[in-house]
Amino acid sequence: MAEKIQNQQEFEEKVLKSEKLVLVDFFAEWCPPCKAMLPIIERLSETHADKIKIVKVNIDETPAIAEEYGVMSIPTFIFFEKGAPTETIVGAMPEDEILKRIK
Amino acid sequence: MENKIYETIIVGAGPAGLTASIYASRYMVDHLVIGHLPGGMASEATEIHNWPGDKAINGFDLAQRMIEHAKGLGAEIIGDIVVDVKKEQELFKVITQGQKEFQAKTVILALGTERRKLNIPGEKEFFGKGVCYCATCDGPLYRNKTIAIVGGGNAGVGAAIYLSNLVNKLYLITNEKELRAETKLHELIYNNPKIEVILENGIKELKGDQKLSSMVLDKEHNRQAEIAIDGIFVEIGGVPPKELLEKINIETDQKGYIKINPDCSTNIEGLFAAGDITNGNNGFRQIVTAAASGAIAQNSVYNYLRKK
Repeated sequence: MAEKIQNQQEFEEKVLKSEKLVLVDFFAEWCPPCKAMLPIIERLSETHADKIKIVKVNIDETPAIAEEYGVMSIPTFIFFEKGAPTETIVGAMPEDEILKRIK
Repeated sequence: MENKIYETIIVGAGPAGLTASIYASRYMVDHLVIGHLPGGMASEATEIHNWPGDKAINGFDLAQRMIEHAKGLGAEIIGDIVVDVKKEQELFKVITQGQKEFQAKTVILALGTERRKLNIPGEKEFFGKGVCYCATCDGPLYRNKTIAIVGGGNAGVGAAIYLSNLVNKLYLITNEKELRAETKLHELIYNNPKIEVILENGIKELKGDQKLSSMVLDKEHNRQAEIAIDGIFVEIGGVPPKELLEKINIETDQKGYIKINPDCSTNIEGLFAAGDITNGNNGFRQIVTAAASGAIAQNSVYNYLRKK
């Protein structure tokens, strides 16, 4: 399961200090396309666990993180490599769009 | 490619596609639904007041109920984007972005429309940085801010009513003389002190630095052409997916909508179309009309398969 980040400290440890490629899913409970993406995110976090770590950030619960990375639409997906954001994708997308970036 | 041959493949998982699926299940037509946003654009609608049986329901809940209904009857729904439909001899080959191929005897195109863009400088640049196309998704990110909504139809006005509960100030802009939305909604707009309606005007540019900070109007409003905003919600309807329809070589009208006959058939035998993507329903694109045409299309598929 894609782990939910609870606070800033956890974000630093699990995203910024990760050795592996990280995909952060900025979402909210009230957002329909976020809900549409959830099963895809959950599935990929299991099938591709060797290549990528997928985590979720609830922008209502931890708004400071979303603000820091300029999230103004959801879902927003940001890839992090060695502590830095490398690519941002806004909006729902098919599974393969994410898969392309993992491979 | 999968070897299985479906009786019909329904492309699109909005109200038209899901209704077609419900009827297909009831008539025991072996089918597959392919759509990347379950519930379609309806799932992003704010409060819906014109779905019979529900005085008020939000788009996501209604879409969810349709999906559960279709799945409960046995529908197989795949979350993918269809990039081509080819007719080879008597069979259709449906190809997805995920490079999967499916075969069917008939196809119903019920993909709906893509959101119409303003096509002005700054729109692409500030997408996700202030430019939004889904009020229910992004609205809460603009709490206590100043925003604009473009569009005077039900979607724009519905979004304005919903967002006025969150934001400080809201400009509702339409290029028409009067709001086009249901008359019942007008007083909710005009009696709301947070909403300022700008009629017969448009936006020619969106400006900002890292994120959106202002809009430039076609004509001055209260002696101002440039107005500071934090976000803009574009609710000006949809356009049919031109690229795909050209590839399929299906006949469309001047605006690009699929030309259908009263039975939802098209110029290609075995290929049917339903909902917002078509020129049917007298051009009145609503959840209830999309659902109705999904039912008609599926009934025609059933009759077509029986005659074969």
